[in-house]
Amino acid sequence: MPRPLLSLLVAIAAALGISAVSDHIDPYHLDVAVGIGINIILAVSLNLVNGYTGQFSLGHAGFMSVGAYLSAAVTMLLGPKLLGESGGTAWQQGGLFFGALVAGGLSAAFAGLLVGMPSLRLKGDYLAIVTLGFGEIIRVVFQNCEPLGGALGLNGIPAYTTIFWVLAFAALTVFTIYCLVHSTYGRGFLATHDDEIAAEAVGLNTTRYKIVAFVVGAFFAGIAGGLYGHFKQTISASGFDFTKSIEIVVMVILGGMGNTLGVILAAILLTLLPEVLRGFSDYRMIIYSLLLVVLMLVRPEGLFNFRRRRPTP
Amino acid sequence: MTEFLQQLLNGISLGAIFALIALGYTMVYGVLRFINFAHADVFMVGSFVGYYAGKLVPEHSIWGGLFVLALAMIACAVLGVVIERLAYRPLRGGPTLNVLITAIGVSLLLENLGQFVFGATPRPFPELFPVTTYDFGGVFISSNQLVVIGVTLLLLFALRFIVMRTKIGTAMRAVSMNKQAASLVGINNDLVISFTFALGSALAAAGGILYALNYPSIDPLMGVLPGLKAFVAAVLGGIGNIPGAALGGMLLGIVETFVNGSEWSTYKDAIAFALLILILLFRPAGLLGRYVKEKV
Repeated sequence: MPRPLLSLLVAIAAALGISAVSDHIDPYHLDVAVGIGINIILAVSLNLVNGYTGQFSLGHAGFMSVGAYLSAAVTMLLGPKLLGESGGTAWQQGGLFFGALVAGGLSAAFAGLLVGMPSLRLKGDYLAIVTLGFGEIIRVVFQNCEPLGGALGLNGIPAYTTIFWVLAFAALTVFTIYCLVHSTYGRGFLATHDDEIAAEAVGLNTTRYKIVAFVVGAFFAGIAGGLYGHFKQTISASGFDFTKSIEIVVMVILGGMGNTLGVILAAILLTLLPEVLRGFSDYRMIIYSLLLVVLMLVRPEGLFNFRRRRPTP
Repeated sequence: MTEFLQQLLNGISLGAIFALIALGYTMVYGVLRFINFAHADVFMVGSFVGYYAGKLVPEHSIWGGLFVLALAMIACAVLGVVIERLAYRPLRGGPTLNVLITAIGVSLLLENLGQFVFGATPRPFPELFPVTTYDFGGVFISSNQLVVIGVTLLLLFALRFIVMRTKIGTAMRAVSMNKQAASLVGINNDLVISFTFALGSALAAAGGILYALNYPSIDPLMGVLPGLKAFVAAVLGGIGNIPGAALGGMLLGIVETFVNGSEWSTYKDAIAFALLILILLFRPAGLLGRYVKEKV
């Protein structure tokens, strides 16, 4: 069996094992672990767009919100009809949740397609600002969408997210993106990143690569959003704003662009850091932003990038 | 008709403020090719300097108001130069993305330091200039709106003069075209870049005070939304292009005011971006920008 697939199966088995003993784990630690898993999915999927393909997207939180709202709508509106009054068995609930996550992911992927289209004609900073704009538009639309709770957000989402789902999907995300980037087709992502003009010259359709990266990245962001919504049980559009997107971008940069392992480590570190800094809550964000600036000055290639890939200007 | 004129006037005065902030973005982008995210927070600092300085001068006096404006502009010019010196200069020549992240870091730092130093609660901004309202056949103009439009026009012409007619302005244009060639003919790039930051930040400070006069409540996060919109305005007009930034700012201010007065008002924050995306789809380099084909 190929190694990545084996690792995936091992990871899912490990997730099952952990969820079997999860009753014995401190709930606080479990919460932090779920947060880490969700952030890993977000950061690794954004890394496909920002790190591997070299497009600067600032709208990842927007895709996350699409997934969060859509999957919550599925479980809350469709769920009672499908499962009946009794709420169904654990297997039925699991199936419903899986379906809801995939629906959320697919709708986010569709949103990604919509954002990817303008990137046909835009580059660099222009693209960054358009993705930011799309994220904000999505946020405002959800804020004004009364069936989805409007500005108050959605409450009472069933708590389906368990440590198993989060770890399994985190493993699946890492697996998919690893396989995608290391396939023959996927080399085009790196080519697009390294030199777009040269990639065009050897006959790669760079626009297409960018759009595929956007769609795949958005799909997993949507899944992460669904997991987040069913974990927090309440979502509001203002939770998926510009700041949230930046948070994910910081994980990617800190981990080292286009370095999956580094990005995973950065996601873990940046989820734990606020917890550790909780004691200095007044200074927390000041320390955080200072760290960001200092880090860029002293280690521009990322904290966990040990391969020293030449940073492209 | 009067309704329309009234909205148009309100839109122009809002657009003037967007234009002032957009100029800072566009000048930095023109010279250094990166988005200075911290610019929006310099705008915030400018209004806070105005808040504290406003207590020192008598209210409702033109000279006092102008003094506060000048003080804030100077303070922010210094702040802009310091930010450039400490955070951006060490990264010059590095990947654009890293500079961008640094800018985001500086922006977060200013916001959080602001919350720490000034407190997070919004506070009322003092009335610096004498306030009267003029009535032109049903169209009401407040003196603050006149101050905004007047100061903006004055600063725009001053900027135009500096960039087109003075030696340092010529140097700025040279650096924006080609840094290496500029240094070959004896231009001190660092000096020019510092000057650009000083100029842009001073304009942001002026924008901050004018904004606070018309929307009289300030807080450490007040820069975020106007900053984003001003950036949109800069891109709309063609980033790196000074008349473009002014045009984009005006356009955005007018559109936003009209949307605000319609039944779509809850969507006003999205409209700015929708307008941007729409225009970029048809003119990828903005309204007045020129599309430069990349050469190998």
